[in-house]
Amino acid sequence: MNNVRRLGVAELLLVLSIFILVVVVAVPILLIFGNAFITDDGFNLKTVIQLLSQPDTYKALKNSLVIAAGVTLLSTIIGVFFAWLVSRTDLPFKGTMKLLFLIPFMLPSFIGALAWKILLSPRSGYVNKLFMNLFGLEEPLFNIYTLTGIIIVESMYLFPFVFIQVSGAMERMDPTLEEAARISGAGLLTITRRITLPLMLPSIAAGALLVALYSLSHFGVPAILGTEVGIYNIPTKIYEKIYQSAGSFESIRTGTILSSILVTTAAIILYIQSLVLKSGRFQVISGKSMRPMLIKLRGLKIPLLLLSIVYIAITVLLPTVTIILVGTLKTYGLAISPENMTINNLKYILFDWDLTRDSIWNSFYLSLSAAFVTMLVGSLISYVIVKMKVRGKFILEFLGVLPFSIPGTVIALGVILMWSGRFGINLYNTAWIIFVAYIARYMAFSLKSNSAALEQVHDSLEEAARACGARHWQALRDIVIPLIRPGMVAAFFLIFLPALRELTTSVLLYGPHTRTLGVAIYALNEDGETVYAATLATVALVIIVLGQMLIKRVTRGKEESLNA
Amino acid sequence: MRNDVRLEKITKRFGQVTAVNALDITINEGECFSMLGPSGCGKTTTLRMLAGFEDIDEGEIRVGDRIFSSKARNYYLPPEKRDFGMVFQAFAVWPHLTVFDNVAFPLQIRGMPKHEIAEKTKRALAYTNLMTVENSYPNELSGGAKQRIALARAIAINPTVMLLDEPLSNLDPKLREEMRFEIKDLQRKLGFTIVFVTHDQAEAMALSDRILVMRDGVVQQIDAPLTVYDKPSNRFVFSFIGLSNFIPVEITDNKVYVKGQGQAGEIRVGLPAASAFKKPVLAFRPSDVQMGDDGEVRGIVTRRAYLGDIVDYRIMAGDVEVRVQSGARRSHYQVGDSCSLSVGKYHWYEED
Repeated sequence: MNNVRRLGVAELLLVLSIFILVVVVAVPILLIFGNAFITDDGFNLKTVIQLLSQPDTYKALKNSLVIAAGVTLLSTIIGVFFAWLVSRTDLPFKGTMKLLFLIPFMLPSFIGALAWKILLSPRSGYVNKLFMNLFGLEEPLFNIYTLTGIIIVESMYLFPFVFIQVSGAMERMDPTLEEAARISGAGLLTITRRITLPLMLPSIAAGALLVALYSLSHFGVPAILGTEVGIYNIPTKIYEKIYQSAGSFESIRTGTILSSILVTTAAIILYIQSLVLKSGRFQVISGKSMRPMLIKLRGLKIPLLLLSIVYIAITVLLPTVTIILVGTLKTYGLAISPENMTINNLKYILFDWDLTRDSIWNSFYLSLSAAFVTMLVGSLISYVIVKMKVRGKFILEFLGVLPFSIPGTVIALGVILMWSGRFGINLYNTAWIIFVAYIARYMAFSLKSNSAALEQVHDSLEEAARACGARHWQALRDIVIPLIRPGMVAAFFLIFLPALRELTTSVLLYGPHTRTLGVAIYALNEDGETVYAATLATVALVIIVLGQMLIKRVTRGKEESLNA
Repeated sequence: MRNDVRLEKITKRFGQVTAVNALDITINEGECFSMLGPSGCGKTTTLRMLAGFEDIDEGEIRVGDRIFSSKARNYYLPPEKRDFGMVFQAFAVWPHLTVFDNVAFPLQIRGMPKHEIAEKTKRALAYTNLMTVENSYPNELSGGAKQRIALARAIAINPTVMLLDEPLSNLDPKLREEMRFEIKDLQRKLGFTIVFVTHDQAEAMALSDRILVMRDGVVQQIDAPLTVYDKPSNRFVFSFIGLSNFIPVEITDNKVYVKGQGQAGEIRVGLPAASAFKKPVLAFRPSDVQMGDDGEVRGIVTRRAYLGDIVDYRIMAGDVEVRVQSGARRSHYQVGDSCSLSVGKYHWYEED
């Protein structure tokens, strides 16, 4: 008999999963901290403090915090209010309104920022010009190139984080919790204040913290609305430093120090969230499903419906139409009228100009391949986490959710440190470096979706296959994988669509021939080619809408086949 | 004026479906009145109309001389003004408030002075044995304790009427039995009227002074528990309360035979009132059948289940299956044995 224990499939999978996560996620992040705090002289805090006391880095840090705080507050107010309106009141056309409130999610915020720049930049913005002409004023109506402007524009496109969390929780909440308050003698407003909103607190906090995390490390909106007048946040500061010095050691060091601060702040935010959720007082289990009671808006019904419609029109419709129309102008600044419009812009960027044409292609194949690989690796790792009883899998869980809290800028820097020759492989300026960065950035999405699907597959299904004589791999192939396929498809699209419009990470990684769609739009805008930027943004919007329709088709097809 | 609960010809429609049809009942002050029926029979809708969570389409609801809902007067008093106590199926205790704050909530809403709130809350907590956990949060406590919080909250304002919406169905069987007695005790001490919805007939039997049996929104019977069990008003009530046998019969020459059995199947029971039924069926409870060696109808034992103090038999008399339950000590019959059956208490109903 052979007593030597052979490595089983389980151990092999575990080792492979850990290896992938370590190389793609853990090492780059460790390198950032190492680069920030360790110099040739060993651990070095002095230069860190020195750098942070420089006015421009200090100001960038302050701006990041101010913007994040403002966006979180504003998004939370907007998100909670509209969530309450569509799930707890008798607002007409609620189903439609609910879908409409999700649209801002699809609109990339840097394209929104581009539109608002076109409308509200102090001198040349269309709305400001119109306003000044109408009333003969010297001062613009609103200057979008301010911290306030940045906060408002970001909130417009980030509030759905709060909206989705809170409206979902409000719909799942046990309606008898409110009925019990009513029979106790409380009126509807008292119930909303003392029962409903406090019970929603964890969902509100969860949504708000997502917004805070996102905004803290957001590149697009501050880059388009802030850099022109010298307002920087941490990601735009990092970009500026690296871009100006073409990736010098000093600039990267600054970047890693700022990144360390971002990561630490993000970790604090996540810690606060876990504290809120852990208190556990807030589980609102639903009993039998009943129609929740709805607050009658009475006289406010129509005004509030109009308010919602106007909000959507201003935040979604107006920017989209602006982008589309400006994208057809012969020259930027011309009045928007038929004789100034041309289809040539579209033809030029799609077929004649290799910079824009290549950017579409780059984004397409990069997001497609990254989504595919991340989906596969994610399902493998999720399988180990959810299904296998092996020691050490907590390392996987930790590494897997880590990128969730790591800002895109930081991932980009980590990838630069890792893959620019220091460890024998130099991917700098190639498409591969963006590919690797996308995998690191979106791995958490894939793990989330795949784990959720795997948890639905009861262990006994696989065990039944084994009991019928199937080997482990046969059980996987014939039972587990077919059952989690919808989760894998979902993971694919959860990665593919955001990657398609990605800007924050790729803007630090692109080379002369590897501009992505987001980078190209951003660069065109930087170079003053506002019209071409708008034309390319139009193309991006069309691709996004088509992608969303495709998801809807695929997922609906899934439901039908399951029901049949 | 006594605080009787009066539901006067109330009707509720959901679209095409009439959930409650011209229900007309009076619930006396201090009574424990339960509404019993299969799911979808309209019992919960009735309770929710009484509570004020549903509008009524016709009729009027009053407690004493206070009008709560009235179609004719187009009047509707919202639930928060009705001063009921209510306990919900899923407890509905608020997880973000302590036990004390949960119970104090209805008192705070009424704007009572602080010391009065404290005093009344403590009293309600004492009644429900929650004094020791008043500073805990509900999710730290068991299901039974949550149910007590819900009860304490409902009695805090000392209501005249208490509404219970399947309050025990989320508890395990042992706890359920215990809570029945606690509710009954509370009623004795505080004297409120109980209106109680359940689909569990044992619960209704144990708790109620009177039971209302409902089906498809229509009242089937309102009586004391024993009357409902012994003298069911129709076939539905008979089959809903307790176990039942329905035996198709033939009547020739004033004699009753089990269908398809010929002369051998004669059962000695009284005839149904002449021409009362087109196709009469004989109904009786499994416990009202005597098994013997030389009785009337012959049958073969096909199944035997020993249930502790009783034995549950299925006996085929020709093509007709009869369920019989008899005391364990007298039940020596095994599967395959032949035996005879004679019926004690029985009812006649029309065949479906």
